[in-house]
Amino acid sequence: MSAEAEGVDTGRRHFLVVATTTAGLVGVAATAVPFLASWRPSAKAKALGAPVEVDISKLDIGGLMKVEWRGQAIYVVKRTPEMLATLPLLKDSLRDADSKESEQPAYATNETRALKPEILVLIGVCTHLGCAPLDKFQPGDAELGADWKGGFYCPCHGSKFDLAGRVFKGVPAPSNLRIPPYSFASDSKLIVGADSGVA
Amino acid sequence: MSTASQPDFFDRVGSRMSALGAWIDARFPMTKMWKEHASEYYAPKNFNFWYYFGVLSLVVLVIQLVSGIFLTMNYKPSAEHAFASVEYIMRDVEWGWLIRYIHSTGASAFFVVVYLHMFRGLLYGSYKNPRELLWIFGMLIYLVLMAEAFMGYVLPWGNMSYWGAQVIVNLIGALPYVGGALVEWVRGDYFISDVTLNRFFALHVVALPLALIFLVVAHILALHEVGSNNPDGVDIKKLKGSNGHPVDGIPFHPYYTVKDLAGIVFFLILFSFVIFFAPEMGGYFLEHANFTKADPLVTPDNIAPVWYFTPFYAILRAVPHQVLGVFAMGLAVVALFLLPWLDRSKVKSVRYRGWLFKIPLFVFAANFLMLGYLGLQHPTPQLTMLSRVGTIIYFLFFILMPWYTSIDKTKPVPERVTYNAH
Repeated sequence: MSAEAEGVDTGRRHFLVVATTTAGLVGVAATAVPFLASWRPSAKAKALGAPVEVDISKLDIGGLMKVEWRGQAIYVVKRTPEMLATLPLLKDSLRDADSKESEQPAYATNETRALKPEILVLIGVCTHLGCAPLDKFQPGDAELGADWKGGFYCPCHGSKFDLAGRVFKGVPAPSNLRIPPYSFASDSKLIVGADSGVA
Repeated sequence: MSTASQPDFFDRVGSRMSALGAWIDARFPMTKMWKEHASEYYAPKNFNFWYYFGVLSLVVLVIQLVSGIFLTMNYKPSAEHAFASVEYIMRDVEWGWLIRYIHSTGASAFFVVVYLHMFRGLLYGSYKNPRELLWIFGMLIYLVLMAEAFMGYVLPWGNMSYWGAQVIVNLIGALPYVGGALVEWVRGDYFISDVTLNRFFALHVVALPLALIFLVVAHILALHEVGSNNPDGVDIKKLKGSNGHPVDGIPFHPYYTVKDLAGIVFFLILFSFVIFFAPEMGGYFLEHANFTKADPLVTPDNIAPVWYFTPFYAILRAVPHQVLGVFAMGLAVVALFLLPWLDRSKVKSVRYRGWLFKIPLFVFAANFLMLGYLGLQHPTPQLTMLSRVGTIIYFLFFILMPWYTSIDKTKPVPERVTYNAH
């Protein structure tokens, strides 16, 4: 016996099936939200990922210091005028000399890739597969050849970067070393993780 | 053996047992399930060596579940304690070293038997109509297994665990638009941290094993619904005897249960040999860089995944563009899902196919091994070139499949399976 023959209102039944199914699915989707959102960084993780203050008054000219921010090594380099002078010479051998396809705050999208030309702040993580690049600041380094003007070298897969963290052509890394948001609280106090005005 | 009272005693026990059986059967389909899946599941009588690897996958799954449960009793899923707790298991827990080596060797053994099981499917066209869904369930098992193995590898919190996780999780970040937010969501932090380790532990010991068991049940149910394929690719259900059972079929129990037991014993001998004499397998099963604790500031010299992922890792590295590389790697797995529809041949088994299938299949298998080797190596320009060639061959196998399988000269498939009684 068919449903109609039994005097069942199939139109009403159909409506109820669609309506209850829809309501059920909406309920499931709404319930999924808290579970999925629980995977986002917790309040504690956010607090630990807050900006860090770095005292750069003791950093030598031409020297490098490493600090940790969000589990990553941040390289801070106080560049000498000689080091800065190498930057315009390399244009042709760099993959992204103007940092168009690289990750950095707008205020570091310039030739020195820095807020203050002499202070370079970089995330010390190779843009290829995340290794830690080494500082090879001596020009004509024995390993890197007489043409080497100083920069960073990744020992994992041989990626090379200049003294502004710009990647050379013909190496595996696709883009320049990343630059975190940063600002200066005073001449000697660098804040990594926050643009000026935020911290 | 036979005194006067014994048969009487056993008769009485026997009748009690069958009464218990009847009691259960009235309440739960015990005998029905046993018949359906074992004593009256008719499997082709011409199974060969390749047919061991399905049951061996099941054996390794059980080994992993049992050894894994015992490992969780001493392991601590926190960035601070994880590495030390694994050392504790290795040195201080009674037989802890054995349980851990069983689990770590089991991970590699799982992929060995699963890869051979999948290759069997390719050889005999086991993915073809009517076994498409069976193949899909199998591929889903493979996918979940890869996730399970990756997350399990992160748990010891060695330096390779850490950097492996870093590289693999960053792959998600390469996705356009949503990548960055998605990576942060997966890690639950701004870097691979305690939070990430803790959730990987939850997925590794609860969520993914449950998914795996569910998929394995679905895989076996689908198999028993359509029946097993065989090395001849002959449908044994076409020809049934007077008893209604396929003439070329034999009951799974006792014939294949006994045969499989022999295979399992042989497998366990090899398995034990690895556990006792080569648990690290020269750095292939347990990578040496993982014997130092995770250090976010020091990268291992060569970040390479464990051997079972390396063919796909080679494909990732072969593509010069990062996003396209990730897509190529994903596509390499997805392509396998599509096999039932890419293969246009009317013949299932390689035995009755022509050279236009045999050669591509052989090249594909050799190429897969080559990519696996390349994925382990430090990439030099020459090796990267070779990976690119390998990647192209890998995809050509699938892209050209509809063409070469439809023009391939096949041989006539016999009515009955070929079988020599011994």
